[in-house]
Amino acid sequence: MSQAADLVPTVEAELLPETRRPSQLGERLRRYVPALGLFALALVVWEMVVTAFQIESFLLPKPSVIGAVFVREFPVIFPAGLFTMREAMGGFVMGCTLGGVVALSTARWTVVRDGALPFAIAVNSTPIIALAPIMNQWFGITNPLSKMSIVAVIVFFPVMINMVRGLTQVSAGALELMRSYAASEFAILSQLRIPNALPFVFSALKVASTLSVIGAVVSEYFGGTREALGVYISQQAALFHFAEAWAAIIVACAMGITFYALILLVERLLMPWHVSLRATEG
Amino acid sequence: MDNQLPVVSIRDVTKVYNAGGGDRVKALDTITLDIYPGEFVSLLGPSGCGKSTLLRLIGDLIAPSTGTVLVNGKSAHQARLGREYGMVFQQATLYDWRTVGKNVQLPLEVMNYPRGQREARTQKMLRLVQLEEFDRHYPWQLSGGMQQRVAIARALAIEPALLLMDEPFGALDEMTRERMQMELLSIWSQTKTTVVFVTHSIPEAVFLSSRVVVMSARPGRITGIIDIDLPRPRVFETRENSRFFEKLTEVRERLRHDEVKVASS
Repeated sequence: MSQAADLVPTVEAELLPETRRPSQLGERLRRYVPALGLFALALVVWEMVVTAFQIESFLLPKPSVIGAVFVREFPVIFPAGLFTMREAMGGFVMGCTLGGVVALSTARWTVVRDGALPFAIAVNSTPIIALAPIMNQWFGITNPLSKMSIVAVIVFFPVMINMVRGLTQVSAGALELMRSYAASEFAILSQLRIPNALPFVFSALKVASTLSVIGAVVSEYFGGTREALGVYISQQAALFHFAEAWAAIIVACAMGITFYALILLVERLLMPWHVSLRATEG
Repeated sequence: MDNQLPVVSIRDVTKVYNAGGGDRVKALDTITLDIYPGEFVSLLGPSGCGKSTLLRLIGDLIAPSTGTVLVNGKSAHQARLGREYGMVFQQATLYDWRTVGKNVQLPLEVMNYPRGQREARTQKMLRLVQLEEFDRHYPWQLSGGMQQRVAIARALAIEPALLLMDEPFGALDEMTRERMQMELLSIWSQTKTTVVFVTHSIPEAVFLSSRVVVMSARPGRITGIIDIDLPRPRVFETRENSRFFEKLTEVRERLRHDEVKVASS
């Protein structure tokens, strides 16, 4: 059978599909040029429109003014951002943990899934943020837990729903393979269902990361301690200090983006096999 | 051969799908078949003849409606729980999140083999299918033929006495397919594994097998068993041998004979 052996390497080399090429830093940076250009253009247009039409600064401040205020207020708004970020992350961890636990229990007890999933999908499409005043009442308006619990509830549903989908949408062939091994339910869960669910979970976590920042900031609009970013924004707006409000909103944006990027990084580290990491079309 | 215990012993097996319902289908009708150690047996027939169903019955992935299936003298169910066979499907069904090496290790992990043995076995099997240097690649980085070789290595990792293959080369192009057939024969001669191989390709069945079980559809029946006494080792030139053509014709006649019978009934 040496004939077969001799044939293999030469033919096989041609059959190899294109694998990931080493990405060049310059080429990757160049991809961001259009986006950065558009951003700069928007700022210039904004500045010109406000100047040309003499728009009152309490309606729309100039970007240059916002920039100056941002630098001046940085010692206040940056700690405020960190404070709110802690609430967002705390709620995120609580909600995701709970969502994961509930999803895993549905894999074990299908009754839980049949009972909870329609309910979860329904709740997921309601404005949970509307509960903020209630949570303020329950936990105390200055207690960070009142904001965290809102975030936790907002984050819980997408994480749980997606994870249940990931645990159950397993290919029939992959399951049959496990059956041929006479694999235990635990082995099927740990070796097949959970890895299969990871891409689903991460797409939920990415949504949840931005939702958690929104949830924390908006629930602070309903009241909270002075060092919170949402409280700062609503107070400055009430005082007609719109440049200050805008500067704080920049911090909120940066928080959301940072959190999202963090999840993206963890995803790449945890799932080196994932489709999104394969050779890009250039 | 008759003084040996059969690896697979199928007695009066029928399989009816949707037994209670209106769309009742008789997939298999009183099948009796023995497969002996070291044989390479192909189940050949048109789609719908129940050849895959028969293979799944041997693997205890489904249960027969009546009759018995014994594997190594035990019920098919006991044999599956005893992990006595390896299975290869038409799709490679590799786990995307595992590297090639880790995919081959999967059955060993599930069956709690010690780490040292797992790794040694994985290297051995990857060498057998000539993919050692792809140990750390992910499945998506491999061609279809290479993926299927990983699936074969994975099935062989537990060194089973019985290898069940369900149209493993069905999704491959003709050239890759012929190369894979050669490799499979080489592996078979090295491992002495008994192989049950489902296919709808006549040349494939004749080239590989020591016996070809010809089946007909609706209901699935065995209509003939043809010994393929071509010399071994079978090589590339075997396909150009006149004896090979005679056997092809014999199998084809057998299949056609059944079709004529079905058409006129």
